[in-house]
Amino acid sequence: MSNAQAVGDLVSQPYKYGFVTDIETEKIAKGLSEDVVRLISSKKDEPSFLLDFRLRAYRQWLQMQEPDWARLGYPQIDYQDIIYYAAPKRQEKKASLDEVDPKLLETFDKLGIPLSEQKRLSNVAVDAVFDSVSIATTYKEKLAEHGVIFCSISEAVKEHPELIERYLGTVVPSNDNYFSALNSAVFSDGSFVFIPKGVECPMELSTYFRINSGDTGQFERTLIVAEEGASVSYLEGCTAPMFDTNQLHAAVVELVALDDASIKYSTVQNWYAGDENGVGGIYNFVTKRGQCRGERSKISWTQVETGSSITWKYPSCVLQGADSVGEFYSVALTNNCQQADTGTKMIHVGPRTRSTIVSKGISAGRSANSYRGLVQIGPKAAGAKNYSQCDSMLIGDQAAANTYPYIRSQQPQAAVEHEASTCRISEDQLFYLQSRGIGFEEAVSMMVSGFCRDVFNQLPMEFAAEADKLLALKLEGSVG
Amino acid sequence: MIRPDAPVLLEIRDLHARVEDKEILKGVNLTIRAGEVHAVMGRNGSGKSTLSKVLAGHPAYTVTGGSVHYRGENLLDLDPEKRARIGVFLGFQYPVEIPGVSNLEFLRVATNARRTEQGHEELDTFAFEDLVRERLKVVQMDPAFLDRSVNEGFSGGEKKRNEILQMALLEPLVAILDETDSGLDIDALRIVAAGVNQLATAENATLLITHYQRLLDAITPDYVHVMAAGRILRTGGKELALELEERGYDWVDQELAALAGEVA
Repeated sequence: MSNAQAVGDLVSQPYKYGFVTDIETEKIAKGLSEDVVRLISSKKDEPSFLLDFRLRAYRQWLQMQEPDWARLGYPQIDYQDIIYYAAPKRQEKKASLDEVDPKLLETFDKLGIPLSEQKRLSNVAVDAVFDSVSIATTYKEKLAEHGVIFCSISEAVKEHPELIERYLGTVVPSNDNYFSALNSAVFSDGSFVFIPKGVECPMELSTYFRINSGDTGQFERTLIVAEEGASVSYLEGCTAPMFDTNQLHAAVVELVALDDASIKYSTVQNWYAGDENGVGGIYNFVTKRGQCRGERSKISWTQVETGSSITWKYPSCVLQGADSVGEFYSVALTNNCQQADTGTKMIHVGPRTRSTIVSKGISAGRSANSYRGLVQIGPKAAGAKNYSQCDSMLIGDQAAANTYPYIRSQQPQAAVEHEASTCRISEDQLFYLQSRGIGFEEAVSMMVSGFCRDVFNQLPMEFAAEADKLLALKLEGSVG
Repeated sequence: MIRPDAPVLLEIRDLHARVEDKEILKGVNLTIRAGEVHAVMGRNGSGKSTLSKVLAGHPAYTVTGGSVHYRGENLLDLDPEKRARIGVFLGFQYPVEIPGVSNLEFLRVATNARRTEQGHEELDTFAFEDLVRERLKVVQMDPAFLDRSVNEGFSGGEKKRNEILQMALLEPLVAILDETDSGLDIDALRIVAAGVNQLATAENATLLITHYQRLLDAITPDYVHVMAAGRILRTGGKELALELEERGYDWVDQELAALAGEVA
């Protein structure tokens, strides 16, 4: 077998999180209508401002068209064939973890996210979301001592409605795009983080999203607010069972950073990617945006995208405050028939705002991997600076990589720099490593991980090794 | 050092190999015993680099006939990584750059792969750093090279020194050095040659593949083989290299033509 072929085999390894938890679920009927939106809101016992928010979004959505500009091909999604709300039964909020269905705890154990008191990660607080609802959040009390709020967004709606009303939909307006409108109408759960003025969050925060039902869409909503001088590092992880149908995942994430605040948001996305022929897998249409409202504030996105059959995702920064900083570090790995169209938008509004973009795309199999990014410098952004670096690595000879950088500047005193490169793992590089006793699989994984190093270095320490392992796993398999 | 009773490390018999559709090796015979230094000389295209790649198991070359045994084991059955682990080393003529992969980490993984094969314990980061710092002296290399990516941005001489550093760490029994002298200035050549001499013992053997006499001034071979048209045409002692230096390769052509005449 030739090396090129062997590399192809190497990246095709079975998905480890494909199991389904057998648990009684409460689901509403398929389809979307104003009644369904009202039903979701009433199930969650929401205040009227939120129902109004949902209904307005639903009406906007009805007027909108699904976007078709991305380099993605997939059959028409039937929005009436999706269940918009599913929850494990007996899901009333538990006073303590002991009351959570052991099957759910077991599920998260299996995913490597132990929630129970004895086993949970020592310096990471976790919010665990199963289908449409949050089932548990660890370390809440300890965080509360510092004034940090970390809970599911449903809970925040009840406990802190004034914060939700003040910030929800202010970074990503419901009519921003087709999928954000859909999410705003039907979002079920997600996480809420609030770091008060001057507080440095004492531990890493993390939300783990698990899709379990086969015919349910997941529409989570995350909102993170860091007040003046506050800082937080947050990580989300996601997996889903293997089904031969596609599930829609349309999330919205909003970040707000006030003066001197900093938010670091990391994602390790490992949704089910479909099989080697492209059957099944998650359609991942996500809107993520952070707003550096305050001066000298900073928002940093780091993403490791390995799953989903379709990824449509552009975590962005609106750099409004003077001297604010936006960063985007991304690794996107596609294999088999996966398609990813991902990148970022850096919108420079305030003076002396700075942004950095480092994107690493790895395409194997017959997959297509596109970087799409916008750097926009507004008329008031004197002295703004951007640096972008987009590197692609091709594995095998059937994969595709594309780079679409858009640069718009209305400011003569701004510096925008863009570098791009494409490489292929060469037979000679592999042979060199092999001829030093390094096995074929390890050689490929060493090179891929070396390619991604600049991005992995940005992940919180607890997860950098995990991400490296995840990529190695994706690249592991039988060598013929 | 020639000892007729020394164990045979490498036995090449009537080796034929091709790349794509072109036959390049047309019946190579060579026996290498422990303690010996061999030099294979010849013009570009004579097949000497192909011989080194075939011995290391490069996937672009297909063996079409003959055999290679390493300490009695059929070498041609083994993956390139296995060959390296059991003690066959190829020093490349053009070592490739591998961006992003740390040289130190690469050296450690390679060394541990060889150690595991030999039944030794793997070295942790600290123990390995001690070892590598000591071996750096063999090639007078600056430890700063350890923190860079494998061969990335190294000069020609630095790449070759990095090859000999790998040899010093892996302690092979058969080291094949392909045009190790190419691209080296006089000082670098002296350092590399001193390193190779220092690593030579009564237990291991070296196969130098070279174009020029100048490497052989610094590393004295026990045998010199002249390769042409995919075969070893003549074998002699170190004086054969001197003869080549004096007379050039033209006589090789004449001998080849004569051979062709005999066959015809």
